[in-house]
Amino acid sequence: MRTYHRAVAATAIAAAMALTASACGGGSSSNDSGGNSSPKTLTYWASNQGTSLENDKQVLEPELKKFEQQTGIKVKLEVVPWSDLLNRILAAATSGQGPDVLNIGNTWSASLQATGALLPFDATTFSKIGGKDRFVSAALAAAGAQGKDPAAVPLYSLAYGLYYNKKMFADAGIAAPPTTWDELVADGKKLTKDGKYGLAVEGGNGSENIHHAFVLAKQHGSDFFDASGKATFDTPENVAAVKQYIDFIGKDKIAAPGNAEYAANQSLADFATGKAGMLMWQAAASSLKSHGMKPEDYGVAPVPFQTAGATGAHAINSMVAGINLAVFKNTKNLDGSLKFVNFMTSAAEQKTLNATYGSLPPVKDAQSDPAFSTPDLKTLAEVLAKSAAPLPQVPNESQFETLVGTAMKELFAQAASGKDVTTDSVKNALTKAQQQMPAS
Amino acid sequence: MIARLRRIGLPYLLLLPALLLELLIHLIPMIVGIVMSFKQLTQFFIRDWGAAPWAGLDNYRVAVDFDAPVGQALLHSFWVTLCFTVLAVGLSWLLGTAAAILMQDAFRGRGFLRAIFLVPYALPVYAAVITWSFMFQRDTGLINHVIHDQLHLTSERSFWLIGDNSFTALVTVSVWRSWPFAFLCLMAGLQNIPRELYEAASMDGAGVWQQIRRITLPSLRPVNQVLVLVLFLWTFNDFNTPYVLFGRSAPEAADLISIHIYQSSFVTWNFGSGSAMSVLLLLFLLVVTAIYLLVTSRRRDAADA
Repeated sequence: MRTYHRAVAATAIAAAMALTASACGGGSSSNDSGGNSSPKTLTYWASNQGTSLENDKQVLEPELKKFEQQTGIKVKLEVVPWSDLLNRILAAATSGQGPDVLNIGNTWSASLQATGALLPFDATTFSKIGGKDRFVSAALAAAGAQGKDPAAVPLYSLAYGLYYNKKMFADAGIAAPPTTWDELVADGKKLTKDGKYGLAVEGGNGSENIHHAFVLAKQHGSDFFDASGKATFDTPENVAAVKQYIDFIGKDKIAAPGNAEYAANQSLADFATGKAGMLMWQAAASSLKSHGMKPEDYGVAPVPFQTAGATGAHAINSMVAGINLAVFKNTKNLDGSLKFVNFMTSAAEQKTLNATYGSLPPVKDAQSDPAFSTPDLKTLAEVLAKSAAPLPQVPNESQFETLVGTAMKELFAQAASGKDVTTDSVKNALTKAQQQMPAS
Repeated sequence: MIARLRRIGLPYLLLLPALLLELLIHLIPMIVGIVMSFKQLTQFFIRDWGAAPWAGLDNYRVAVDFDAPVGQALLHSFWVTLCFTVLAVGLSWLLGTAAAILMQDAFRGRGFLRAIFLVPYALPVYAAVITWSFMFQRDTGLINHVIHDQLHLTSERSFWLIGDNSFTALVTVSVWRSWPFAFLCLMAGLQNIPRELYEAASMDGAGVWQQIRRITLPSLRPVNQVLVLVLFLWTFNDFNTPYVLFGRSAPEAADLISIHIYQSSFVTWNFGSGSAMSVLLLLFLLVVTAIYLLVTSRRRDAADA
C-alpha cells in the first residue's frame, strides 16, 4: 500500500513535468473583427531594424510624437527582437490579445494571412490609405498569397547584393566584380589564400540558406512549390541549386569551413574585417559601418547569374526582401490603425525611416529622394525593380524555411567536416524534408 | 455531529486553495494539451480553436508510423534523447557521489570547494549555456583553442555545435549543469549516516572501498532513489540547454525530443501534431516512472524486512 501511494504521488509529479511542452497558450477567441472602442491609443510592435532595440526606439519615438501631434492618438511602441517576433504574433493570433499595428517579415505574409488574424487590405481599406498604386508592385506581391487581398502593406524594402572588398580585388588582380557564378568561383579561388577566403556565408542560419537556395533554384528554372502550393523540394533543378550553394564550402572551397556554424551575422563581421572578399547580403551598409568598414572600401554589384546576360524567368538574382506593416484584425481602434498605416507609408516618413535604416522605400513617391541614390542603394533598387522575385507566398512557407533551412545547415556541416556532398546526398536530404511537409 | 463534520472538513478546507491552484496550473493545461492532440490544429485554426476539425487518432497515427518520415524522425529523436539521458544522468550521479564522498572529511578549504562546486547550479541557465556556446565555437572558441592549439590533440579544429560532435557538447553541458544538484542531495544524505558505523567497520578491518560499498551506498539508497528519478525526468525533458546551445533547429545528432516537439508545433505551426507527441512522451515517462518506483520500492521493502 505504501509503495502504491508513493508511486501515485511521484507519477503525478512526473506527469506535471512532462506535459509542459504542450501546455502553452489556451483559450480561444471569437471572431470579433475589431472596432473603434478605444480611439485614442494604439499599440505598435516594431521589428528590430536598427543596430539595437534601443536604437530603434530612438529612431521611432520622434516619429510617433509627430503622429500624436497630427491625430491626437498616442502610440505605445514595443520593439520586438526577431527571435521572438513570430512566436509573439502566433500567441497574439491564438489569444486575440495583440497589438493594433505590427511589423511582419514579408516572407511570413501568406502564413499569417492563413490564420485570419490580420486585416485584409481590400479596395475599401486601400482607399483609406491612399490607394494600392502608391506601392511598388514587386513589394506588394510579397504581402500575401496571389489572388487574395494583401494581408499587409510593404514598409521597408530590401534586396540582396554582392558586396566585394575593393582592395582585396585589386590585390588579386580582379578588374570587375563577377557576373556569373563561374566567375565568382574563379575570383573566389584567387582571393582564397593566407587564411583569407573568397566568400563569407551564414551557413548555420536556415533563413539565409533558403533565400540563396530560392534564387539559385529560380536561375535553374525551378521552384520549391508548384502552382497549387504543393512542395516540390527535390526536383533535379532544386538539388542542383542547393548543391551549388553548399559547394562554396564543399567542392569549391572558397568559403571558410567555419562558416558552416555561423548564425549570428559572423559572416558580416568577417567581410568587414577583410577575412573574406565577398558577401551576399541585404542592405549591409550600416552594419558594415558599425564593424569599422568605410563605404569607399567596398563595392556593391548584383548577385551573379548562371550565364552572362540571362533573361526571362532565369534572370532572378534576389528575393524581394523586406518588412510589411499589418493591422491586427481584433484592433479596438480600426480607424486609428489605418491612419497610422497611412502615416508610416507617407512619402515623408518613408524617406526618413528608410534612409535611417539603409533600406529602400516601397512607396513610389519616396524613391526619388537623394538619400536613396548612393551607389549601393542604386544597385539594390535596380535589382529590386528588375530581377527580384518574392519567396513563395504559400501558407506553408514557414515549414519550408524550417525544413529546407535545417537540411542545408546539416549539409554544410557535412561539407565543412570534409565529407563529400554529392548530388545524391543533397537529393536525399531534400526528399526527406519534402516528406515531412504537411499534405495540404 | 456538526463538530465532527467541522473537524473532518477543516483540513480539506485548508487544502482547497492549493487544490484549486494545482487544477489551474497543472491539470487544466494538461487537459487542454490532450484535447489539442485530437484536433487538426494548424495555423488555419489557431484563431478559433473551436473551429479546428477533430482529427481522431490521426495525429498519433502519424507520430508512431515509424516507416514514414515524421515517425522516423520522432523515433530517431527518442533514441537520441534516451542515450543522452542515460549518459548525462549516469555521469552526473557519478561525479556527484564522488565529490560528496571526497568532501565528507573535514580539510582546509572544504567550504570553499563546496561553494565552487555549486556554482553551475546557481547560475542562470541562459547565461551559462550561452557562455558554453561561445566556448564551443569552432574558430574562436576556448575548447578548440585548448585541445587543438595548445594540446594538439586533434589534427584540425572540430565543430562542436553542428554535426556529430554536437552530442558530446550537449552531454558535457548537461552534466556540468546537473551534477551539482546530485552533489548537494548526496552531501545532505551523507550527514545522516552515523559515524559509528564507519568506526565499527574500520575496527572490523574494512578498507575505504568496502566502507563505501557496504555502508555509504546502501545508506544513500533512499536519496538515490529520488535523485535518479528527478534527474532522469529533468534531463529527458530539458529544453533550455539544447535550445540555447543550438537554436530552434538542433543538429540531427543532438535532436532532443523536447526541441523536436517544439519544432513540430511552434516552428511548423502544427499544434495538434506537437500535442500528440507530447502526450506520447507523457505516457512514456509515466510508464518508466511507475516501473522504476515499483522495482526500487519493492527491493527496498524486501531489504527492510
